[in-house]
Amino acid sequence: MPLITMREALNQAIREELARDERVFLMGEEVAEYDGAYKVTKGLLKEFGPKRVIDTPITELGFAGLGVGAAMVGLRPIVEFMTFNFSILATDQIINSAAKMLYMSGGQFNIPIVFRGPGGSAYQVSSQHSQAIESWFAYFPGLKVVMPSTPADAKGLLKSAIRDDDPVIFMEQERMYGNKGEVPDDPDFTIPLGVADIKREGTDVTIVARSLMVPIALKAADKLAEQSVSCEVIDPRTIRPLDIDTIIESVKKTNRVVLAEESHPVCGVNAEISAEIMQRAFDYLDAPVKRVSGVDVPMPYAKNLENLAIPDVERVVAAVREVAYLD
Amino acid sequence: MASKVMMPKLSPTMEEGQIARWLKKEGDKVSMGEPLAEIDTDKATMEMQALSNGVLRKILINEGESAPLGQLIAVIGEPNEDISALLSEAPTAKTEPPKPTPAEPPQTPVPAPAPEANGHAKPQAAQTESGRMIVSPLAARMAAEADLDLRSLQGSGPGGRIVKRDIEAAMSQSQKAPQTAGTFPRAVEPLRFQQSAVALASPYRDEPASEIRRTIARRLVTSIGPVPHFFLTSEIEMDRAAEMRRGINALDPDLKISINDIVIKVVAAALVQHPAVNASFQDKFIRYYEHADIGVAVAIEDGLITPVIRSADQKSLSEIASEVRALAERARTRKLKPEEYTGATFSISNLGMFGIDEFTAVINPPEGGILAVGAMAAKPVVRDNEIVVRQVMRVTMSCDHRVIDGATGAKFLQTVKKILENPLYLVV
Repeated sequence: MPLITMREALNQAIREELARDERVFLMGEEVAEYDGAYKVTKGLLKEFGPKRVIDTPITELGFAGLGVGAAMVGLRPIVEFMTFNFSILATDQIINSAAKMLYMSGGQFNIPIVFRGPGGSAYQVSSQHSQAIESWFAYFPGLKVVMPSTPADAKGLLKSAIRDDDPVIFMEQERMYGNKGEVPDDPDFTIPLGVADIKREGTDVTIVARSLMVPIALKAADKLAEQSVSCEVIDPRTIRPLDIDTIIESVKKTNRVVLAEESHPVCGVNAEISAEIMQRAFDYLDAPVKRVSGVDVPMPYAKNLENLAIPDVERVVAAVREVAYLD
Repeated sequence: MASKVMMPKLSPTMEEGQIARWLKKEGDKVSMGEPLAEIDTDKATMEMQALSNGVLRKILINEGESAPLGQLIAVIGEPNEDISALLSEAPTAKTEPPKPTPAEPPQTPVPAPAPEANGHAKPQAAQTESGRMIVSPLAARMAAEADLDLRSLQGSGPGGRIVKRDIEAAMSQSQKAPQTAGTFPRAVEPLRFQQSAVALASPYRDEPASEIRRTIARRLVTSIGPVPHFFLTSEIEMDRAAEMRRGINALDPDLKISINDIVIKVVAAALVQHPAVNASFQDKFIRYYEHADIGVAVAIEDGLITPVIRSADQKSLSEIASEVRALAERARTRKLKPEEYTGATFSISNLGMFGIDEFTAVINPPEGGILAVGAMAAKPVVRDNEIVVRQVMRVTMSCDHRVIDGATGAKFLQTVKKILENPLYLVV
């Protein structure tokens, strides 16, 4: 399998779906002429023309609404937010229109739309441009929320998202675009939404991690293996619908769980996962569920403080040792 | 002047006590030395005596409740005295969770530790101040499935939380216990002997006392005193032993071998063959001795003392005889050094010279047993349907049931009898 970057994998997914289904089109700020702010849409204007790959004004609420309307009349838009920080401006269309249309129209209008772009922490872009807001979207019934952690997952999941008949929030990670991995070039390669992936099997502690936290969890697992602690790393990949069964099965095996995320802890995704574990695996827990989250402050600009705000390998290792009663 | 009644230390290892019964009510007159309450310690139910005269004004710890050592549990004072200052020092009682009905001592080794006897739930770190246990959900479920009593466990998690590994450890321990409890694996010695602190005393090895052994110990102690005795009596034909004695003394009249010397030699030989009897119960472990250091009870003017024949299993009859004589003489003149009368592994008490046919002796703790030797006398016995005259001696062994069980003691005594009846065994 070819070894390519996450950026290239996403590009392949969009290209393949544009080619596969002429109802699919892409719009967003700088996606066409500039090849995308992060070059994810590189070459697509040239290949598919200005009717399929459209540069929009800097009007997130406007083009998000345009996308919802297009979806209502049968197209399958991919709406790129330059970063998900700017999706905040479009949340009325995402939450009040896209997420609720099927329900409020009595089942008349599916909204097959993908809102995608980078999210999470970036490098020193401070509080407003460096945040993980997946819990906002995962909160609402009617939305699917996907967060890939490898190039292959990114490609397979994005293709599934584009083919899905419901609105999907597809959150890439700004720091991970250059991460490389083996990616199938089969145009029929997809990964179903709502299925978690066990990134590493283990027996002592389950680490649930998504997006940027997956490589960190895997590094932590390597370190812990040297300390004779066997970690199972589970990447849910889809936050909603959540494959809680895979997590529960793992917890039943290991009896201990660490939930890692770069977003804030309060009302976060891991608070939800934690509650589900309590509900379904209480009798299997040998230690309280332990969360490792981004620090509960706006992202600092200063490099040293930024580093402290984002969970790292050491914090995950410490959390695992804590639930394994090793310290 | 009102005085405080504190939870007393009634056993060396006691950390807290539970009031089994108040023997006085509030308002009752009490005088110094009078029994005030019965207290369950980790070892036994003990009587607590009043240390002052007056009226039992206030009971602060009710029956069934526990208090740590030194905690104020009652106040004794004059009938109308103001005791509010003393009462203000009293912490609130610690209420134990309801206890299950005390179970019978297990008759056979069972995989799970036997339930704690009544009143012996020791304070565990796993209990919060309110007496609640801290147990992980998984550990609680595993314990329930394995029928483990969580109160018998010490939690290793934060704040004493009982976690999975504690249950696993308890389960593996209780599975191992019955295997080592039944037969005594002399051939396979898991631990090396170590030197005793007492000079020349027998080296020993300490093996952990299994849960069942500790439970038996705790329960038996509560029934008859700190050392639960039981007794085994055997009638021994001494004709050949007496003949041997005569023969040896005929070779060298200076040797002056006594029957008791032969008994010492034989008991020592039997002890080495039955290491489970040459042992001592030490609460948390059982101490097995390599050699038989025999304490020989010697009556002295105002009591008795038991000088010790070290490694009697390795000494000749003549060595034993001369050593006994020397030690007994020094005992009577009170010249024994402490290391000469402490640290025996087993004792022998002989009242035969007083014409006693048989008697029971009291174990000298921490030894596992003592042999009470009666007088040797000619008696009619039936052999091959004929009445014949034999020199008969009755011996009674007192066993510490915490470490020696009936069959264990009986087999040992059987060996003693066999060798005494055929002293040639000593040289084969």
